[in-house]
Parts: sequence; structure tokens; C-alpha cells
Amino acid sequence: MSAQDAKERAHDARVYQVGLVLALVLSAVPFGAVALGLLPASGLLWMIAICAIVQILVHFRCFLHIDLSSNHRHDLQLILFSVCIVILMAGGTLWVIGNQRAMMM
Amino acid sequence: MLSQNIRFAVFGNLSFSALPFYSVIATIAASMVVLGAIACIVVITRAKAWTYLWKEWFTSVDHKRVGIMYVIVALIMLLRAAIEAILMRVHQATAFQQQGILPPEHFAQLFTTHGTIMIFFMAMPFLIGLFNLIMPLQIGARDVSFPVMNSVSLGMTIGGSVLMMISLVLGKFSTGGWSGYPPYTELAFSNDMGVDYWIWALTLSSLSTTMTGINFAATIYKKRCEGMTLMAMPLFTWTCLCTSILMIFAMPAITLATALLALDRYADMHFFTNGMGGNMMNYINMFWLFGHPEVYILVLPAFGVFSETIATFSGKTLYGYTSLIYATMVIAVLSFTVWLHHFFTMGQDANVNAIFGIATMLIGIPTGVKIYDWLLTMFRGEIRLTVPMLYAIGFMILFTIGGCAGIVLANPGVDYQVHNTLFLVAHFHNVIIPGTLFGMLSGYHYWFPKAFGFRLSETWGRRACLCWIAGFVLAFFPLYALGLLGMPRRTAEYFDPAYRPWTLIAAVGALIIAAALACLVIQLVVSIRDRAQQAVPIGDPWDGRTLEWSIAAPPPEYNFAVLPTVHGRDAFLDAKHDGSAYRAPEHYEDIVLPKNAAIGPVICVAGGAAGFALTWHIWWLAIVGVATMFAALIVRSFNRDTERVIPAAEVRETEEAWLRLAHSLPPRDRNAELSIENEGLATVAAE
Repeated sequence: MSAQDAKERAHDARVYQVGLVLALVLSAVPFGAVALGLLPASGLLWMIAICAIVQILVHFRCFLHIDLSSNHRHDLQLILFSVCIVILMAGGTLWVIGNQRAMMM
Repeated sequence: MLSQNIRFAVFGNLSFSALPFYSVIATIAASMVVLGAIACIVVITRAKAWTYLWKEWFTSVDHKRVGIMYVIVALIMLLRAAIEAILMRVHQATAFQQQGILPPEHFAQLFTTHGTIMIFFMAMPFLIGLFNLIMPLQIGARDVSFPVMNSVSLGMTIGGSVLMMISLVLGKFSTGGWSGYPPYTELAFSNDMGVDYWIWALTLSSLSTTMTGINFAATIYKKRCEGMTLMAMPLFTWTCLCTSILMIFAMPAITLATALLALDRYADMHFFTNGMGGNMMNYINMFWLFGHPEVYILVLPAFGVFSETIATFSGKTLYGYTSLIYATMVIAVLSFTVWLHHFFTMGQDANVNAIFGIATMLIGIPTGVKIYDWLLTMFRGEIRLTVPMLYAIGFMILFTIGGCAGIVLANPGVDYQVHNTLFLVAHFHNVIIPGTLFGMLSGYHYWFPKAFGFRLSETWGRRACLCWIAGFVLAFFPLYALGLLGMPRRTAEYFDPAYRPWTLIAAVGALIIAAALACLVIQLVVSIRDRAQQAVPIGDPWDGRTLEWSIAAPPPEYNFAVLPTVHGRDAFLDAKHDGSAYRAPEHYEDIVLPKNAAIGPVICVAGGAAGFALTWHIWWLAIVGVATMFAALIVRSFNRDTERVIPAAEVRETEEAWLRLAHSLPPRDRNAELSIENEGLATVAAE
């Protein structure tokens, strides 16, 4: 293995390690907050949501190696499309089922 | 007591009472399945073909063979589900003020298996098979991106199909319709194995289709030959890309919905139950989050086929290529915004219904664009009325009528009047049969010579096509009238004499469809018998325009001796014009291909066994089946000896033999297209 390869390998390994630590912390914090009751209920929900979104970004950055550079533009387009579909499906479900709930109240 | 426990431990709920003696027709059907299976085994054993089948087909990861096996599965399942449809039509014709030819529980099973099979085990394997066979050839690739995963997908689809066939012999199938709405499909109301058969067959199919979607999308993104930009891809490949994206995003919704239903049934959970916080409306919501994109998974490939056949048999470049692609993409995205129109009457307020109604009508616009593009492709073309073209013309007329019925149904006010009636059944058959089925049959006739090296009999093809169109019109147009008269779908017995004449006409239509099926079977037999006269070894029987026609028929397993370079759309047509077609490459190289893999058939058997065991609560077998699937994956991933090399000398020999033949035969013009003179070499028409 050349010195260049070894250097790249070490860099990759470090990115994965950082990702792992961040992912663990971002999972442990909401679990801990719920278990210990650190915040009122609405605050807990917001904290869990924010940790979840940051978690997704960490996975993208550290594990899937997506960034804003132009050679990853294809991947970024796919992610944006996926986000669009997920918003349609999840948001649409909340809207439709919520509307039915309101009609039944 | 002890013996009972032992019996349950070994056989689960399975016992002799599972045999289908509750209805004469069910007994006959089960006997046909068993006898058919035995006959197949005997024939293969006597021909000593097991080794050949195992080495050349079951373990093959060649995309062409995988595709052919998909289509074979689809045709077998088409036969079964169409016979079921004919039985149902005859039943309704005889069910006026009496029971009809079927007991009601059997009738309910039939409409469930008919729908489930036609969608998941006929249409999807058919379109996936055609994509497998043709898409890599159209983009100038040697195989799909993940050939072994392709074989695993096929295995899971076959596992699900076998589960469907076993359900004919052992126990009963679900009576909950192909959409399986809870709470009816919950344990409280369907306390037998039927819904479980449905759940596990669907699970195998939906997982397999998700993997196929990933495979095809990756292939199209990564394996296009040089010069094949996205906007140079043939339209069939474009529809493959859009369909794959739909599969990736839509199939998980059904996998999840059925998994949650399974948790309700097996683990006493309450996702969709009446009480305990369950919400069955969310099942319906999730089902159609899958179900509507599914409609376009079914129909986009047909649009792709027709775009190829209409251009080829009109002898013209496809009109409005760019607009067809934008229309396809718009349809793909819009298909995720209209799912609520499947349950307008479920109780949301009028604003929600109005928004989804408008979104639904919008889909008519890109679809209309496509119809005009095809018409303008035909305009002033030299149209040859071959079988694929006849299906295309039948499609354009009938599909437009079905689409208009869809626009009518998209109005929530109208939908309130006719929902759950035969009007709806008429509408969706009117888009799915001329759309998907005619599209698949058009593609089947069009690409059969490419796959096997000989053309299908034109005479029997025309007879089949005529019977399909006439049978379809007679079987389904009366259902519009019945629906407007108020006859509910899935009616087992009725008392209103006004329905009588229409159900009789529909039954006649169903019998004509039976004749169409017979024609297809005869056509296959006759064509195989006459394969020497019908042979098209050079590989271009229709004066084709795209890369799949530039190689021998059947294609060599490596597809292209040297990966092609293209300079635009209609790549092969351009090559024929500038004289670069049928020219030997400057030098041959060794070609690396993936080795055969046994993991596909292993997962087929293990997955099918796991599904069967879960259905009958045979827990040991379920554990063994699932564990085998995971073990096979792990064992496979340690295997590093996955490639084999075809030496350059062998490639040279194959190619040169083919080229010698191509240069020795006289090219034929289009007047000789349907005669035995057609050996797959076309004259080059003047520009």
C-alpha cells in the first residue's frame, strides 16, 4: 500500500469513527432525555425531532459521503427527489388521516 | 393431547381438512395444479433435463435468461387468473335469483386471487421480464448492475407464485379482495389461513420488486455505453427508469402495510383493528400510497413498448421524443399525489377530495400528450399492420375510452354515485387490459424473435389479437352499464332482472377471451414447430432502430462483442445508414461475465417455504426458511470466485460465424417481412 493510499484510508476511517460517535450521541441524548424526564413533553418532542434530522445529516455526510461538491450533484438530486416523495407520502398521510380525525370529532 | 401437540409442532394447522372439497370447481382446479406439476416433473425427468435446467437456467444470472423466466412465470399465471376471470363472469351470468355455478365463499376467493395474481404475479413479472430482456441491450450493456440480485428477485417472485398455486390445493385463499382491507382481514373476521397466504405471497413479491427497481435504476445510471446520454436512450429504457424509481418508492409502502397487518394477526397488535387504538383507514391510506404509483408501474412500461413498436412499424422516427420523456416523468411524479381518489368516500372533507380530484384530472394531460405523439408518429408513415402494431392501435382507441372514464371518476361527486360498483371495475380493466396487457403482448410478439431467434406465427397472433379486442369490449363495456344501474362489484348473487342481459353479454365476452388465450397457446406451439422456417438468425426481423436489433438472435451471452459507441437516438438505424452495421470490430478482447449462482433458487425455495410455514403456523419450518435465506446471503458474500472469462478467440469465432452469415444472405425489404424469406436482415431504406 502506498503512502497516499494509507493516508486516504486513515482519513476514511476517521470519518467513519466521527460518524459512529456522533450517531451514538444523537441516539443516546433523546433516549436519556425521555428516560430521565429532562424536559416537558412538548420540549421532548422537538428535541427528538431535531436530533433525528441531525442524525440523518450525519449519516449522509459520514457514511454515504454526500456533500455539496459538484461531483456529487447526481446523488444530491436523488436525495432531494427522495425528500420530495417522502414529504408527499408522510405529509399527505398526516393531512388525510388528520382530516378524517377532525371530521369524526 | 400429547399427540395433538406433536402434530401441531410438526405440521402446524395443516391437516387433511385443508384439501379443497368444498366446491367441485375448486377440487378440479387443485387436481389440475397437482397433475400439471407432476406432468412437468415427469417430462423433465424423462428428458434427463434437470442438470441442463439447473446449470443453464435456474442458476443463470444472464439478464436475458432471467427475463425469459420472468415472462414464463407471467404467462403461466396469466392462464390461471384469466380462467378465474372467465369462471367469475360465467358465475355472474348464472347467479340471477340463484346461487350460480360457484358457492359464494369460492367466488370471493376467486376475485381475490384473480386480482392478486394479475397485478403481482402476471403484470409485474411480465414487464420486469421484458425490461430484463431488452433494457440492457438497448443501452449497450453486458448485463444489469447486480446480476445475482436479479436472480434473487426472480427467485422470490417464483416463491410467491408457487405459494399462490399451493393455496389452490391446500386450504383457502383470502376472501378480502386483492386490496385486503382490514378490519375484515383481521383475525376477528378472517380467522383462517387465507389472508396469511395473501400476506406472504405479497411480501415476497413486493420485496423482489423493490430490489428489481434498485437494480434497473442503477443499471441505467451506471452502465450505458459510450455516447448513450440520458436523452439518447430509447423510450422503452426511459419508461424502465421511471418505473424503477416508482418501484423503489412505492413498493416499501405495501411491504410495510402487509407487515403491520401480519403483526396484528400474529402478534396481537392493533395497527388496524376496530378497537384498542387501531385505525383501519391508515391501512387504506398506506395501501394506496403504494397502489396508485403501482398503476403507473403497470402502464408506463406499456407506453414504452408502444413507443418502440409504433415507431418501428410506421417506419418513422418517434414524434416528440422529448415531450414523451417529460410526459413520462410528469406522470411518475404526479402518481404520488393522487392516491386519495381510491377512497373519496372514506370521510375526509370536501376540500381534500377536491384537491385530489383535480390532481387526478391533471394526469390526463401528459397522457394525452403521449397519445398525440403516437398518432403523429403514425401520420404519413408507411404503416405495417403486424401483430404488435394491431395491439398498439387497439390500445390507443380503447385506452382513451378508459382514460375518459377515469376523468369522469376523478370527480368526487360522480365517484360518490358509482363507487364500489361495476363502473369502477369496467374503468380499471379498460385501462389495465388495453394498457398493460396489450402492451406486454405487443412487446412479446415484437421481441420474441430477438429472444429465441424465430418469429411467432403471424396468423395465430392476429386471431389472438382480434379475440382479445372483441372479447375485452364485450366483457367490459356492459360493466359500465351495470355499474350505472347500481350493481355492486363482487356481487355473488343478484335479484334485479335489469342486470340480466348485461351479465350475459359480459359472459360471452369472457368466453371470447378464453378463445384468445387458446390462440396464444396454439400460436406458441405452431411457432415452435415451424421454427426453422420462421428463423431470423441475423437478428433484425422488423428493420429495427435501436441497439438490441444490432446483434444476433438469440443474442450471444456477452451481448456485444465490443461495447458499442453511439452518436444519438435510433443508434442502429444510423449505423445501418452509414454502413457501420454488421462490421467486424478491429480486435476482440476477453470478456468477463459473472458466474452462475445458486443463491437465487435457494432463496426461492427457502422464501416460499417460510411463507408457507408462516401461513400454516409450522414454526420450525418458518425458522429454517428464514435462517436459510440469511445464511445463503452470508455464504454468498464470502464467495470471491464470481467471475469467468470468455476468451477472445471464442468471441471471434461466434461473431465471425454470425457476420459471415449476415454477409451471405440477401437483405429483404418490408414486403417480405412476414414471409419465410425474412431471415432477420433488412434492406436499408433510402432516407
